[in-house]
Amino acid sequence: MAHGPATLADGWKEYASRWLFTTNHKDIGTLYLWFSFAMFILGGSFAMIIRAELFQPGMQLIKPEFFNQMTTMHGLVMVFGAIMPAFVGLANWLIPMMIGAPDMALPRMNNLSFWILPFAFAILVATLFMEGGGPNFGWTFYAPLSTTYAPDSVNYFIFAIHIMGASSIMGSINIIATVMNMRAPGMTYMKMPLFVWTWLITAFLLVAVMPVLAGAVTMMLMDINFGTSFFDAAGGGDPVLFQHIFWFFGHPEVYIIILPAFGVVSQIIPTFSRKPLFGYSSMVYATAAIAFLSFIVWAHHMFTVGMPIAGELYFMYATMLIAVPTGVKVFNWITTMYKGALTFETPMLFSIAFVILFTFGGFTGLMLSIAAADMQYHDTYFVVAHFHYVMVAGAVFSGTAAVYYWLPKWCGKMYDETMGKVQFWVAFIGFNIAFMPQHFLGLAGMPRRYADYGLQFADWNMVSSVGAFIYGAAQIMFLFNVIRTITHGKPVKDPQVWEGAEGLEWTVATPAPYHTFAKPPKVK
Amino acid sequence: MLKRAQALFLRRLGAVLAQVTAGVSHAENAASQLNMPQGVTEVSQVAYDIHMIMMWICTAIGVLVFGFMFYVMYAHRKSRGAVAENFHENTLVELLWTVVPAIILIVMAIPATTALLKVYDTENADIDIKVTGYQWKWQYEYLGEGVKFLSELRTSEDEIYGREPKGEHYLREVTEPLVIPAGKKVRFLITGSDVIHSWWVPDFGVKRDAVPGLFTTAWAKTDEPGVYVGECTELCGRGHAFMPVVVEVKEEEEYNQWLAGKKAEAAEYASTIGKEWSFDELMTRGEEVYNRSCAACHMVDGTGIPGVFPALKDSPIALGPKEGHIAILINGVAGSSMQSFADQLSEVDIAAVVHYERNAWGNDVGDITQPIDVLNYKQGQ
Repeated sequence: MAHGPATLADGWKEYASRWLFTTNHKDIGTLYLWFSFAMFILGGSFAMIIRAELFQPGMQLIKPEFFNQMTTMHGLVMVFGAIMPAFVGLANWLIPMMIGAPDMALPRMNNLSFWILPFAFAILVATLFMEGGGPNFGWTFYAPLSTTYAPDSVNYFIFAIHIMGASSIMGSINIIATVMNMRAPGMTYMKMPLFVWTWLITAFLLVAVMPVLAGAVTMMLMDINFGTSFFDAAGGGDPVLFQHIFWFFGHPEVYIIILPAFGVVSQIIPTFSRKPLFGYSSMVYATAAIAFLSFIVWAHHMFTVGMPIAGELYFMYATMLIAVPTGVKVFNWITTMYKGALTFETPMLFSIAFVILFTFGGFTGLMLSIAAADMQYHDTYFVVAHFHYVMVAGAVFSGTAAVYYWLPKWCGKMYDETMGKVQFWVAFIGFNIAFMPQHFLGLAGMPRRYADYGLQFADWNMVSSVGAFIYGAAQIMFLFNVIRTITHGKPVKDPQVWEGAEGLEWTVATPAPYHTFAKPPKVK
Repeated sequence: MLKRAQALFLRRLGAVLAQVTAGVSHAENAASQLNMPQGVTEVSQVAYDIHMIMMWICTAIGVLVFGFMFYVMYAHRKSRGAVAENFHENTLVELLWTVVPAIILIVMAIPATTALLKVYDTENADIDIKVTGYQWKWQYEYLGEGVKFLSELRTSEDEIYGREPKGEHYLREVTEPLVIPAGKKVRFLITGSDVIHSWWVPDFGVKRDAVPGLFTTAWAKTDEPGVYVGECTELCGRGHAFMPVVVEVKEEEEYNQWLAGKKAEAAEYASTIGKEWSFDELMTRGEEVYNRSCAACHMVDGTGIPGVFPALKDSPIALGPKEGHIAILINGVAGSSMQSFADQLSEVDIAAVVHYERNAWGNDVGDITQPIDVLNYKQGQ
């Protein structure tokens, strides 16, 4: 059919149908991105409540039981609602354009995998208004706190997790099918852009571990409602079994979040260095190595649970190994910049901040891998600081970089560079004020998920809260910048957009037409 | 109100900045705020040492890598006229940056392994103490000594909710600390009774999860008497932040005196079970026990939290027969967060709290529950 996508001018019914029934990878990518941003703001507002309560010692604003719901929902919404869908959105927009495919391989499933997500999160958020409150057992939902001792709403939580898992699995199958079957002639695996590679590997991780998560919550469901005792010691079960199952999912999960972020940064740094990625193949192998290692290190989250020493030593050594492929990646990014011709547009600033802060989070990760020291770090703010350096300065910074980088291609308008840079610096400074002091808090002895704390932690908590509010403000600026670009941005006509950009997505017109690569391009 | 908060904020911020900028002169003071404590046991010392080794190695690598990166960002910027070269891939370089980190890791693994062996060396202990995590308090039992007691937060709700100024030991004070002797190897056998807790004393380098149905072990031996404060470090519900660990290390002689005193207390208590208590005596004691052990869930006014913790005011159990009420406290309610208090509270305390719940907040049953009733119920089981 020749006509383009429905706009508001065609009437609201047509416009709504376009988004509801769309099978277009760009529309679905857009839906994912807006949805994830909405969840990012929601999860962020939970974080603001947490930081406001922790601004001073004592309980000022909320009760401890609500505080626990906030920490839980913040984690769940950010991991499953904000970061994962954001990268699926990027995958939808970019993978077909990067490999020269007209669309995703399974467009109808693509629609379904997006549209079940809002329902999952509606259910999850609705639990906050139920009698007894929402999930209050942490995003890691350790049994028996999440089974025998959970509020009744836990059943809704389990259902929501199942839907999110189904959505992720469908999205991953779609990505695997697309990358394997729809590459343009000449686009061999070792010519694929690194973003495609990292997503292909991520998709395999998702297909492997999402069912494990589904298994864990199903066992919970059985324990709660059908009298089984998987995790109940009194019935012959084992609470520690839950942790093994959860982290067998949970550790690959953090790589699911970070690998596509690696991919984004590996696209952006060469562009603004005007120089090809230093070691393309070693980057691919390093990604695969990290993915493999992610399956065999899970119990480093459980060093204090009383494992035998042989288990502790094994998980410690295996975890330390991750530093090798991760180091390879960092060295590659830096040598890509070496002897390039660097410019520092907003996407590049976010990418450089990514490399620095992610590496910092990597260092604390290496420290956490040392079991004897982890006996002190475990479940303190040191861990909170560590994973926010990796997840926020890692995944969120790279997602922000990606939006600034590809937004001109998507909508044909250039963002305001000054505004972009201002947002970067506010985010960068706010982030570090928020999370750097949390290392000190953790080392000084403040446990995580504490609604209240002793007076010796008051100073750094206050600083951290101020930083968190600054970082929160930066996200409002981000939203403003994106909307302002779409409505008032300077039009861009050049398909290339960026001087140093390489790849098929930069060969199509700007803004990218609704359908691209109806005829496959020739790849040299 | 806002003005005050503002002033407080500025003062705190000022204090923090002063501390940071004072640097060397306040090094000791700042260190306690910024870094892991060295602690007073061998285990805490090895944890500190390996922590510092790792931190310095990471710092050195960071300085090198980021230093090079900042040099590149300065020297090879387009605005300085840099022209991009086009090299990529170099097998030697790539091999080096794979092998060298691997070697560094092996070097790190050696002290990390010896440190862990030290942590796990729980053999040949002089004293065994069983530590049980409850929502939201700790119970300490001196195995083989017949001494057992609960350790609960002493900070009042009024302090927590800002109705009273916060004391110096805010959230770091308990009704009764764990007491151990200096110079003896103490082994902790740690378990949980309801959900998972985690028993942490930073100055001992001891953190072990308290998992229901499982025992984890840890040990401590210190020559430095003093009071050491720790926390619960595994999310365990609404009282997670309100169940501190306080350990008092006493000289051996003092410890022996203390233990003898505890034993005498236990013997003396046995004689009070048979005593007839008056209505008011029980009410007073009951209120005390209730506010300490029950009010966290059922609330001070007995109204509970709808949908989570049932109200006791006007509840059929509190208004029904005495035996049913006692049974709930002794057995708990399976599949709910109502735990068994048989091991946590004495017969006198259970009797007092049952009596209080039946006669407070307008629950005017009017009967009297004596400790002997509780004992009879227990023995009848």
